[in-house]
Amino acid sequence: MRIATTIAVAALASLLAGPAAAADADDGATMRQPSDPLGSVRWDDMRHEFFGDAPVSFDARVRVSAPHTAENPLDVPVHVDATALAGVEEVVVFADFNPIVKVLAFRPGQARASLGFRIKLQQSSPVRAAVRTADGQWHVGGVWVTATGGGCTLPSTGSGSPEWQSRLNEVSARLFPRIDGGERVRLRIIHPMDTGLAPGIPDFHIEELTLADIAGAELVRIATFEPVAENPVFTVDLPPRAAPGPIHVSGRDNNGNRIDAEVAR
Amino acid sequence: MIFPRALARAALLASVLAVLLAGLVPASRAEAFDYRLKPQAVADGVYVLTGLMQDFSRSNGGNIVNTGFIVGDSGVVVIDSGPSRRYGEQLRKAIASVTALPVVLVINTHHHPDHFLGNQAFGAHTLAALAPTRQGIESEGEAFNANMYRLNGDWMRDTEVTPPTRSLAPGVIEAGGRSLELIALTGHTGADLAVFDRRTGTLFAGDLVFHKRTPTTPHADIARWQASLDTLAAVPFKVLVPGHGPVARDAAPIAQTRAWLAWLDRTLRESAAGGLDMTEVLALPLPAVFARLAVVNDEYPRSVSHLYPAVEQAVLEER
Repeated sequence: MRIATTIAVAALASLLAGPAAAADADDGATMRQPSDPLGSVRWDDMRHEFFGDAPVSFDARVRVSAPHTAENPLDVPVHVDATALAGVEEVVVFADFNPIVKVLAFRPGQARASLGFRIKLQQSSPVRAAVRTADGQWHVGGVWVTATGGGCTLPSTGSGSPEWQSRLNEVSARLFPRIDGGERVRLRIIHPMDTGLAPGIPDFHIEELTLADIAGAELVRIATFEPVAENPVFTVDLPPRAAPGPIHVSGRDNNGNRIDAEVAR
Repeated sequence: MIFPRALARAALLASVLAVLLAGLVPASRAEAFDYRLKPQAVADGVYVLTGLMQDFSRSNGGNIVNTGFIVGDSGVVVIDSGPSRRYGEQLRKAIASVTALPVVLVINTHHHPDHFLGNQAFGAHTLAALAPTRQGIESEGEAFNANMYRLNGDWMRDTEVTPPTRSLAPGVIEAGGRSLELIALTGHTGADLAVFDRRTGTLFAGDLVFHKRTPTTPHADIARWQASLDTLAAVPFKVLVPGHGPVARDAAPIAQTRAWLAWLDRTLRESAAGGLDMTEVLALPLPAVFARLAVVNDEYPRSVSHLYPAVEQAVLEER
């Protein structure tokens, strides 16, 4: 009876629990590090790559929103919200199973510690945001996104169309009032964001993007990498009175082409 | 072991049951790969094979679509051929169980895979569609087919893209001894064909009309789709066969499709005008009136993905 009971418990546990809890139970090496709530076999690699020996915790205050399933793996919407944490210095976004793991990083200046953007996913993967606070601690949140594949190795629309090339780095942007008295900036930049993984099409992507107020104070500085979607759209929230006057958008891609635009009121 | 014995027994029973249910039920159905197609007579000589109101899956083999056939005086006209070679072959058998007359025409109402991947089971000279539908099948068919193998598994075995060989033009045609009005429309895709059987007043609306199932929008133009619904509403039909969902004898499915599209369009426009991020649009609550539409929680996020980028872009580019 004891054996039967043990089998039943084991069977029930594996039925109910899934991979994350199973990893908890049998991985003695994770005693000192918290185990990954998303149960990704890549987590230890990610931890070494992005954080080294720095302290890391999984933190529900880092909210990552994305659809469960990527209908279009070339254009997966993601929103990161770390506004529940104080003293946010840097946010790094990565996808464990992408061929190019790092998606973007941003440093909120006057802007709130949140960012909306679109990414390319090559296959199903955790999409995570790691937030470094002033005390040096990394706080990690994330979600699994199921994808059918091909997001990073397909040619961009822009790479096949001269019309798009003539509008390279063109910025369309608007400001929206927020209910808290602040403002939202939404902007779209025309750029193929080629990953270099589609045959015969070299890596061609925006590397830097900065929003600043009229006096030059940074609202947010974003470092973008190849997995950011083609013609990327960003959503940035500003607290009340953060940026009176027009907002200046500047940046460059890896071929030295400049981004330079003004968002008027 | 601090585990109550009764609970342990229940757990053991549950795990045994789970293994039985998980292992045996789908396996026995899948081995047969039987779509269990039952032609339902909806009018004199007009038959419909109603699909399940689900998404493509390994348990349904892609049978989520309505196909139909019209038995004329001298031959049979098939409207859409289903999601796979197996489906096409079983559709042929289902037709043969009703009539010995030959299939003279197979119409693909549009270029989505559940409507043409059964073509292989029919003679190449019988396969016909609007010219843009033929082009769509030629250019996108292989990608659709690969995706259908991924979604439906072995039900798809040996299915190959078999494009129509004949172009249809709008107007009245005589086929199999029956007079059919072909109505060329757009909106669900770039080319959507509705077929009206004049003798019985049966309207095959293709995927311009969904009934009790959420519409799909990967190639949709909502304004054109709404205009096409106006055209269909003016057809003096007695029986309405939607592309997905049960056959109706009134215009309710048209109204239902129209209401969903209107809500979707308004929601996306208002969201973009209000500066919503796409993730926020995905998180919006769905009105209770649509809660009973099949697969609404799957189709809504898909539609946001298909349609929001263009709506949002228009708002960002406004001056």
